[in-house]
Amino acid sequence: MSETAALDSAQVAHLANLARIELSPDELEKLTGELGVILDSIAKVSEVATPDVPATSHPVPMSNVFRADEPGETLTTEQALSGAPEHDGTRFAVSAILGEEQ
Amino acid sequence: MSAHELISATASVLADRLARGEVSSVEVTQAHLDRIAAVDGELHAFLHVSAEALEAAAAVDRDRAGGAAMSPLAGVPVAIKDILCTYDMPSTAGSRILEGWVPPYDATVVKRLREARLVPLGKTNLDEFAMGSSTEFSAYGPTLNPWDLERIPGGSGGGSAAAVSAFEAPLALGSDTGGSIRQPAAVTGSVGMKPTYGGVSRYGAIALASSLDQVGPVTRSVLDAALLHDVIGGHDPHDSTSLTDAWPSFADAARAGAREGALKGVKVGVIKQLSGEGFQAGVRGRFAEALALMEAAGAELVEVSAPHFEYAIDAYYLILPAEASSNLAKFDSVRFGLRVNPPGGGTVEDVMAATRGAGLGPEVKRRIILGTYALSAGYYDAYYGSAQKVRTLIQRDFADAFAEVDVLVSPAAPTTAFKFGEKIDDPLAMYLNDVATIPANLAGVPGIGLPMGLAPEDGLPTGIQFMAPVREDARLYRVGAALEALLESSWGGPILRQSPMHPEAESNAISTKKGGD
Repeated sequence: MSETAALDSAQVAHLANLARIELSPDELEKLTGELGVILDSIAKVSEVATPDVPATSHPVPMSNVFRADEPGETLTTEQALSGAPEHDGTRFAVSAILGEEQ
Repeated sequence: MSAHELISATASVLADRLARGEVSSVEVTQAHLDRIAAVDGELHAFLHVSAEALEAAAAVDRDRAGGAAMSPLAGVPVAIKDILCTYDMPSTAGSRILEGWVPPYDATVVKRLREARLVPLGKTNLDEFAMGSSTEFSAYGPTLNPWDLERIPGGSGGGSAAAVSAFEAPLALGSDTGGSIRQPAAVTGSVGMKPTYGGVSRYGAIALASSLDQVGPVTRSVLDAALLHDVIGGHDPHDSTSLTDAWPSFADAARAGAREGALKGVKVGVIKQLSGEGFQAGVRGRFAEALALMEAAGAELVEVSAPHFEYAIDAYYLILPAEASSNLAKFDSVRFGLRVNPPGGGTVEDVMAATRGAGLGPEVKRRIILGTYALSAGYYDAYYGSAQKVRTLIQRDFADAFAEVDVLVSPAAPTTAFKFGEKIDDPLAMYLNDVATIPANLAGVPGIGLPMGLAPEDGLPTGIQFMAPVREDARLYRVGAALEALLESSWGGPILRQSPMHPEAESNAISTKKGGD
């Protein structure tokens, strides 16, 4: 299938950026090769995935899993912040959301 | 009981002795902590050993002495795969990005262990975020195979499998997304069960692929697995995919299976696609012998075909990365775990990218990026959409097979344990380790793995796998216990009695002498 052609390093760099993963030049090169090989192999799923076959997303079908809209147990603020790399006692602390050019 | 007897006894034997007051939980727990101290420096099955185990054991002994009603496994120690959240121990998922993280709550399965008064011994090693088949992708270094220290213990749950097969714990919990309970069981001579999807709660299990993950028992006998499954299973309102079924006693099913005649008339389907090509000669040989034993005991063998299983690995390596790329987005340097600030600062997105670049290992990066690609616009239908259709076809293969037979059978892994480094640079070769186990995860059906003897060519364990229709977990305990009884009587005892790390072995693989030389 033409639309499932191998990836080049610019595409892998773009995907890594979308996934928010910084890659070193060595990692980028290695990954580009590996992903190409993996994609070539797994592309054969399209051989049997004909239009008449429905998709399955969940192994044991369930529908409308509801619960009563009642407050249950929740974490305390202290518990919720307990694993945070930085916080001010009531909120998670992060660096700037927007860069200068934004 | 001597220390050797305490650590080599099955959980069900320990439970009986504890109930009769012949041994205390403190004694049992201390014997296992001593064993861990003696061998785990080299074996590395544990990432963390609990400082509170003896205290928990003492509380069980006190309550028992006071006449409190106790559940069957009360006072028996258990190891917990480090993918499961524990409020009193770090939960790292084998990743640097969660180094030292102590969750504010227990996974439901852990909570149930504590309520049943089992004694948590510690957290076991795994491939990072359960991605791998060898523990070589653990950020904290691999676990060694107790049968041969130069070989892998399987993965991702190599730590749990090694812990039980090296007699560091009688019981452990694992998680199985594509074989992470059953493949390590096969290569370490232990027992592992992947329950029906939804049979055991996933709440507090750090998610890899939500539609595939199941938590299950890792043990040295089928009955022990059933006893542990009875503790952890059942509906949990915290997991919306948890089934509301009332489950039978799995321990009763295992006990019934161990009785003579349990296999009479059972129709066993041998999967044509999972027994020949690509399977090591010794694995094929032991498999044929196990089938012959079952047939002699009255089982009816039927060859069945599952034509779409050959697409299972391919579908799996699209569905899993797609779900993982989404699940692992939560490791964003904000709410928990590592934060790495890039030189000169940066926006929250720069910090996130630097953190994930530094905190995630090669296999995790590979799968997240693969999943991001499979889900991206323009490729979604060809990859993810096709994989979901293959999932339907594999479910239909199972449905067709189960219309004819009661259980399906195959070897649990294509080879015995391989050497460290042999497959680490070849993702496709690594992925093939799960060829027999992945179909069950895609279809949601339960699967149990148990030892079927040592391969003649290398003297290492091989494993057999049974699969049953969704919700028929009890059938696996019955049939598994039946074959286990036949095999053990042919071996003259459990397979682990032949392990170089059995406490009574003449030459221990790791010297357990104390006091140094």
